[in-house]
Amino acid sequence: MITPISPAGTIAIAIVGSGGAGAITAGSLLLEAAGQFGWYGLMTRSVGPQIRGGEALAMVRLSSMPVLGHGDRFDVLLALDWCNADRFVDEVPLDADSLIIADAQAGDPPAAILASGARLVTVPLIDLADDIAEGRPNIVALGLLARLLTLPVKPLVALVGRVLNRKRLNPTYLQQALMAGHSAAAALDGSVRPPPLATDDGTRWLLTGNEAAALGALRGGVRFVAVYPITPATDLSEWLAPRLHQLGGHLIQAEDEIAALNMVLGAAYGGVPALTATSGPGLALMSETLGLAVASEIPAVVIDVMRGGPSTGIPTKSEQSDLNIALYGLHGDAPHLVLAPSSVNDCLVVTEWAVRLAEALQCPAIVLSDQFLGQSQAVCDRPPTEGASASPRLTARHGVSSYDRYAVTADGISPMALPGTAGGQYTADGLEHNAHGTPSSRAVDHRAQLDKRRDKLLRYDFGPDWIEVDGEGDLAVLTWGSAAAPTLEAATLARAQGLAVKVLVLKLLSPTQPARLERLLEGVRRLLVVEQTHSQQFYGYLRAHYTLPEAVRVLNQPGPLPIRPAAVLAQLLQWR
Amino acid sequence: MGKPQLIMTRHAAKDYKSSVKPIWCPGCGHFGVQAALFRALEHLDLPPEQVAVISGIGCSSRLPAYTECYGFHGIHGRALPLATGLKVARPELTVIVASGDGDAFSIGGNHFLHACRRNVDLTCIVMDNEVYGMTKGQPSPTTGPDWHSKLMPEGTGINPLRPLAVALASGAGFIARGFSGDPNGVAKLLVEAIQYPGFSLVQILSPCVTYRPEERHWKQQVHAIGMEPTTNPVEAGQRLFADDGLSTGVFYRAVLPGYPGTVRARSDDHLAAIEAELAL
Repeated sequence: MITPISPAGTIAIAIVGSGGAGAITAGSLLLEAAGQFGWYGLMTRSVGPQIRGGEALAMVRLSSMPVLGHGDRFDVLLALDWCNADRFVDEVPLDADSLIIADAQAGDPPAAILASGARLVTVPLIDLADDIAEGRPNIVALGLLARLLTLPVKPLVALVGRVLNRKRLNPTYLQQALMAGHSAAAALDGSVRPPPLATDDGTRWLLTGNEAAALGALRGGVRFVAVYPITPATDLSEWLAPRLHQLGGHLIQAEDEIAALNMVLGAAYGGVPALTATSGPGLALMSETLGLAVASEIPAVVIDVMRGGPSTGIPTKSEQSDLNIALYGLHGDAPHLVLAPSSVNDCLVVTEWAVRLAEALQCPAIVLSDQFLGQSQAVCDRPPTEGASASPRLTARHGVSSYDRYAVTADGISPMALPGTAGGQYTADGLEHNAHGTPSSRAVDHRAQLDKRRDKLLRYDFGPDWIEVDGEGDLAVLTWGSAAAPTLEAATLARAQGLAVKVLVLKLLSPTQPARLERLLEGVRRLLVVEQTHSQQFYGYLRAHYTLPEAVRVLNQPGPLPIRPAAVLAQLLQWR
Repeated sequence: MGKPQLIMTRHAAKDYKSSVKPIWCPGCGHFGVQAALFRALEHLDLPPEQVAVISGIGCSSRLPAYTECYGFHGIHGRALPLATGLKVARPELTVIVASGDGDAFSIGGNHFLHACRRNVDLTCIVMDNEVYGMTKGQPSPTTGPDWHSKLMPEGTGINPLRPLAVALASGAGFIARGFSGDPNGVAKLLVEAIQYPGFSLVQILSPCVTYRPEERHWKQQVHAIGMEPTTNPVEAGQRLFADDGLSTGVFYRAVLPGYPGTVRARSDDHLAAIEAELAL
């Protein structure tokens, strides 16, 4: 369990600009340079739906300890321009101690931003950039921020040269632009206090949650992927495409999400672990096929990188509102797996686990990631090489006689013959069937197969990884997914004020583990539920499946704004 | 270790037939399709475990359970993507799709277009009876505009789809039509289609004796194309648009690049290098 530290040990910088101005590029480079220097960090991008000319915001937070989410305030807001910056007022909370850096040429900051009382410092980013061939204000800004953070120049120049070389930018001009910003920041020396560096110097990784999930899939053995493009899941598939090819696997761009999941089932039926990645609208289209995977007992993994809904909703922003469709969206009684990572590198661990569980249990698994986790980039510890284990898929041997594909066994798992296995021929079927696989509408067969498909999940020992537990106390917070980050931070802050708080982060949402949660809630008298939905979907789910303490409060908030640690802390302190 | 034995096992048509009794109506055209498929597999002498028959939903799509091959009876309209995933993941298998006019051209219409384009080495059999039989007699995309039914009492009033012309326009490289009343002729088409290295479409006129009893007359109406298959798509288009929908044989047989173009041997060696990319 990673416990985030208090805000005093972090620094938060936001870079804003119109789409194409390079705010995200500057933020990403700043994060990488800070990671090389010795901080942990997180960068979250916030963009509008426009490809060019919209708005773009990079939010970078650095610390000596792993950063799971963003805090309650930003130390610095640097504006490349103010074109659409007012759209970000709510996303970048500033106060009187914050610093706004902007070019006077760009005009006055929006009134809503000035209202924070933050100190405004003007720097001629545009003129400085204009004085250099190929000069870009975002690179000048990067040089400026580097000095503000006391980042050494030489490795930054090398990093920027290496990364932007792909865009064929001249390294000499890049260096000049960086240095121009660096010199211009002299007047700002000492105006922010960077946190101490991390004390251990273990191997760090730099990756997004979508990349982490993709790597988890590869580690789990996925060698077939079929996808239809959808924001914010597409970059996951784009990362996988060349790497699957290197491993001898395949990625197909399907004609729609229904085709994508059916292709996944075809490959998995053939014995190759397979996956698709999508977002809410795509998951809705996949519902019927997920039911087929349940009935025909085919392993399959669907990563849902959730975005604001319903319908097209807010495609570029995060929300946890696909919980209900993931849990209950299938028709019929259709037991399946639903898992949720709670941090960027947890996307790797949970996706790998989901692949292994789906294979072991011969059923579909939905991984509920979200736009925040998927598209945030983190400098984190190298994830453990050994993920949660599960036994590989149980297959039937060659020359089997009188093979019953859907035989009812003690643990509910029956050997699956892969095509090519002589004697194992059977027809996988979405029609209800008997143990042999022959279609049957008899009550006794329906009941036996429903029981089998339920029991294989209920009788399985999921081990310790189904939940994360942090701290002890008779006041507890139960949360999941990206809502865990502000919750854990709030708990740390509450403990600093003498409050004993226990945090529980659910990773395995289906099948439910009521007896095990009940044990963990022993002694808890007050429970706060934290989730990013409008209709309290998580709370409804908890009420339906678990015995909760008598006193329960819910802190729920729809997207696109993240839940802030201060909001959770206020709930905890009120409930002392 | 003994000396390897060389046993030449010829598979007989009956080896491909399962013990499950078809639920098709007596006289259903699909019995002829089933017989033709078994004859084709016998001719090709394919071990049943190396063949997978994939289907969606409908009378046609019951076929996999009636074979002794591997089968997957999926959901309505989605047989082609199911088969595509299997074939791409397991290219050594012979993958055959069993579909109908509703399954392939209506609910599965989008998949049909893209399977034609993608050119994965599948054989798609569409048993076309111009009606939804399993749901008891509604018009399908190939039904004529004036055919009356409970759901469309005045007829659909819309022109039927020309599936073979659509397939040509979508990029399919092998396009043929057969008649289930001529199982030997269909078997010959299926042998050619299965051997074709790419996506092959075989539409099989297969009468629904229950809801379209008039289709019994197809036996007197079908006729051979009377021409060798063309490799020229322009000529194929002319043939297909001039066609009365009742001619049988191979219309078009093109040489096209297969899918996927290049395949690397499956190897996990590269995984460490992929992980190394992520290190700071």
